[in-house]
Formats: sequence, C-alpha cells, structure tokens
Amino acid sequence: MTAPLLDIRDLRLGVSLGRSAQHPLLKNVSFQIMPGEAYGLVGESGSGKSVTSLAVMGLLKKPLAVSGGEILFKGKNLLALPKREMRRLRGNRIAMIFQEPMTALNPLSTVGRQIAEMFVLHQGKSWGEAHTLAVEALGNVRVPNPDRRAKNYPHQMSGGLRQRVMIAMALACNPDLLIADEPTTALDVTVQAEVLRLIKELCAARGTAVLFISHDLGVIASICQRVGVMYAGCLVEENETRALFENPRHDYTRGLLGALPRLGSRSEHGRQRLVDIDSIIADRSKLTETRFITPRDAQGSQP
Amino acid sequence: MTAPLLQVDDLHVRFPISGGGLLGAGRRMLHAVNGVSFSLAKGECLSIVGESGCGKSTTALSILGLQEPTAGTIRYRGQPLTGPGAPSRMQRAKAVQMVFQDPYASLNPRQSVRTSLAAPLRLHGITAASEIEGRIEAIMKNVGLTPEQARRYPHEFSGGQRQRIGIARALILEPEIVVLDEPVSALDVSIRAQIINLLLDLQEKLGLSYLMISHDLSVVEHMSDRVLVMYFGEVVEEGGWRAIFETPAHPYTRRLIAAIPDPDAALSPHAREDRFADIPLLAGRRFVADGSTAPDVFTAPAPSELVEVAGDHRVRLASV
Repeated sequence: MTAPLLDIRDLRLGVSLGRSAQHPLLKNVSFQIMPGEAYGLVGESGSGKSVTSLAVMGLLKKPLAVSGGEILFKGKNLLALPKREMRRLRGNRIAMIFQEPMTALNPLSTVGRQIAEMFVLHQGKSWGEAHTLAVEALGNVRVPNPDRRAKNYPHQMSGGLRQRVMIAMALACNPDLLIADEPTTALDVTVQAEVLRLIKELCAARGTAVLFISHDLGVIASICQRVGVMYAGCLVEENETRALFENPRHDYTRGLLGALPRLGSRSEHGRQRLVDIDSIIADRSKLTETRFITPRDAQGSQP
Repeated sequence: MTAPLLQVDDLHVRFPISGGGLLGAGRRMLHAVNGVSFSLAKGECLSIVGESGCGKSTTALSILGLQEPTAGTIRYRGQPLTGPGAPSRMQRAKAVQMVFQDPYASLNPRQSVRTSLAAPLRLHGITAASEIEGRIEAIMKNVGLTPEQARRYPHEFSGGQRQRIGIARALILEPEIVVLDEPVSALDVSIRAQIINLLLDLQEKLGLSYLMISHDLSVVEHMSDRVLVMYFGEVVEEGGWRAIFETPAHPYTRRLIAAIPDPDAALSPHAREDRFADIPLLAGRRFVADGSTAPDVFTAPAPSELVEVAGDHRVRLASV
C-alpha cells in the first residue's frame, strides 16, 4: 500500500484565551489523503472544516493556534517546518482555491500577471516566458480568448471566469494537493456544474489530490471518493462516498442526508417533510461521543 | 373559476445603457424582461427559475413596485398595480411582501426585532400598544420563536433564526402574496430544511401565495406547484412541477436540472443521461446547447408564442 500524501494525526487547534487557556476548535482530527485522491469534508458553519484547511496551508493567524498533533505532507511534518520552506511549498506543492474569487484576486493587477507570478516565483521563469505559460494555463481552464482575457482585471470578469482564473493559478505549478474551500458556493448552478467538472477533470488528468470542503452533500458526492463528516470540531464519520450515502451510521450524518431535498423524490414518494436535524438529535452535546470511521479498503479505494 | 390573485400580462422591463444623443435618441437599451405573462392563484407556490441575469429578480421587483415596468400590466385581484390609479406603496405593502435572500443584510442592526416588527404596523395605523404586542407575539410564535426573543437585536440570532425574523417581518401586515427571493440559499443545509418546512407550514396555515425565485431546482421541486423557467428575459417553459421535472421539453430546462449536484445522480452515473431519454427534446429558441454564445440582450427578441405540448405545459420553440 502506498504512503498517504497528507496524513493528519490527532490535530488539535483552538483560540487562545490569555496566557495558557485555549478554547478548542478541533478535537483530535485525523484523516489521510492518498496521492490523486479526492477527499471531501462536510459539515455546517463552525464545524471546523475551514480551519483544518488553513492549518494545512500554514495560514492560521492569532489567536488561532495549533495545540497538538501532526500534519504530515509526504512524510514531513508541516507544523515543524521553517516559514521559508513552508512558503516554498505553499502555492507550489499545496495550492488552494477560495470561496469568493473576487476577494482572493488582486484587483490592481491583470489576471495574466497574477498567474504568471506563480511561474516566476516557484519555477524561476522570466516574466516573458511566464506570460506565455499563463495564457496557456488560462486556455487549460477553458477561458475563451485566453490572450485577450489575460489582459483583463478581475472586475472585468464574471464570477465563473474569476473562479476559473483561481483554478488556473492554483494548478499552475502542478501541485500534489489542491485544497478547495467551498469553491462554487458563490456561483450559479449551471456555472457551478462547469467549474466542478473542470476541477474534477484537471485534477484527474494531473494526478492532483483534492481536499474538497463544502456544506453541500450533492457537490461532495459528485467529486469525492471518500468523505469525512465534521461536527463541532470532531470528525464524526468517515467512509467511501457511496457507502456513506447509502448507509450513514452516525445520527448527524443521517440528519444531514434527510435534510436534503432530493431531486425526483417528490414524484416518487410525494412531498415529505424534510428531516429537521434538531428533532432527531435530542442532545447535541452527546453527538461527538460516538464516531464511525470506516478503515480504508486496502485495494478498493484507489481511484 | 375565480379570478387569479395576481395576473401579469406581457411584462417588459428595459434599462437604458450608456450612449445615445440628446433626449436619449439612439440610446442602447438592455432588454431585461421581454413579454413575461403568468398568473398566481390563491394558496399556490409559483417558482421562477433561471440563472443570474435572466430577469427573474427584475420581474419580482416589478410586482413589488420597486421597479417600474416599461410595458405590460400587473393586476392584483383585478386591480392594476401599475400606471394611473395604481395603489400607493402603503396599500401595496398589505398585498405583497418579500423575504430576502440574506437575513444578515435585510434587518436593521440597530433596531430590536420588536421595533422592526412594530414599525410597519404603526405606519398602517395600528397604534394601540396591546394590539401591536398581540400581533408581534402571534407572529413570533408562528415562525417558531418565542415572544420574549423580540426584545433582542439581530446580531444575537443565528442565520436560521434571522431568516425566521425576516419571514415574520414579511408576514406582520398579513399580505396575501409573499415573494421569496432565494429564501434558503444563504443557509446551512441543516437549517435550510427547517426553513423550507416552516414556509410550507405557514403557506398551509395562513393560505399564503408564494412567488419564489430560485436557481436551486431541488428546493423548487420540493416546494412549487407551478414552475416558470426564464432564459434571457423570456419564459422558455412553464408548467406544473410534475411536467417540468418529469417531462422537461426545453433544452435549457434540462440543462438546469442536470446542473444540480444531486447525490443520487452522482453516485449512479447512468441515471441522469437515461432519465429524459424517452421524452422528446424540442429545439429551444435562442438557445445554444453548449452555452458558448448567449443571446444579444440589446435587441428586442422577435415576438413568438409559447407552444402547448400538454395540458398546462408550454414551451417556447426555435423560430423556423
């Protein structure tokens, strides 16, 4: 069996309150992502899915701080890495796309220049070469007229195009791991479908592993091979996508799936009330006491 | 048959774009809504679906009186809502109210919930403190909150609770029609289900008519009685929810349905393609299947008719 690309072990993280006190946000979160695998993290706002991704990127800011555990990327503990080395990895081997492409792009610089910067910083290319590569990268994410679009500023583009630019930037250096934090939440359904297909196809073609964060179970199902469900800073259930949807074991996962209006279910079963999570879970504080982590199938789960 | 509660006929909204000479001669116009007609019956939920920029919000704003239509008529119980003799905003407020997408942005952060709920009552001449108290208490209970919570400020509530307050604010004047603009898209999945259940309960209990604007077709299928699909300012398909979701005839409707990230479809890859294989697909007007070109929104589309394909199911076809 191959070694995992990303191995998060007992990650604990919290908000510092004064000298030694800390309010915990992540409680012993552990999961692994294999090379080329798409792993999904679902959970509601505040469940800790985004801080997990920020911890991997080394982008936690005070008062957030890691209080224990390890994040192993290709066997190296990212938490112990000097800042200089982390900077070399970030954007190069681990890249990230964010929910709101307008705030993630620099409004004062053309998108071509922002993509070209990746090649200059991480691959030592000249600006001239980098610009040619940037136009090519825009073409790869299927932006029409890439030469002309490279000269655009972010405000001249639609939301879907901006998110494509973000993907082009993130995949510019062929990273081993792409972290996508709710990349399609701000987009229209039809544009969302296109962007998801793009992420899926490009990562599959390049063998890039994906850590996909979303609260939308439908999006997760269409892109990920394995899913982890987070609740209140704990990973409460983890399984292969199909198994998780067909046989959810944790009360919270069951609640989440029941709360989702499913396409076609009204024609088949008539209109049924959606499950109100609070009605099936009497005491939310007990939710994280049980966890259902299904061990990875040694052969079967490989994509 | 009784007259519909709301009747919209041949609604047009155009916006002037830059350019043109003095007195607006030769000015370019953006044709946002082109000849939209529909009716809404008492107790019905009608959904308008389509992507950003298709004119669904402009249509709703016209009904609320927040956007003056360029042409066309909107009638509420047979009385025109536009043109001369139109009711004032005060009168209109008793008929049509709106629930906004973002409950964080649509409540005044400096007013307690009670103040926000009492203001429209006072404006409409209800000044007796006991009556105001009574109505606020009733509406808070109706949306699943306690009357005591009305003393708090919006920042003290979670997103789902704030949306409940948004609904309470829309219902306090007891309107007959409520426009729901993406009522759940800003909410978490678990909260979404609670708000959808609440909206359906209130509709039944109070006999409300909903005009819902959404691009989330799984929510639309769950809630609607009738569906209107809009594409670049025109209605391209309309019908009962069953017709739209089981036998969609317009390629754009099928694309919208296929775009929903649906776990069942994602996990059984063949289901989605096969689903509509037996149903005839009609060539859609102004629609290019791969989405590479969009229609020109600066020229008015040629007039065309919706073609009936089955009872209460109409589609706009490509002009031959």
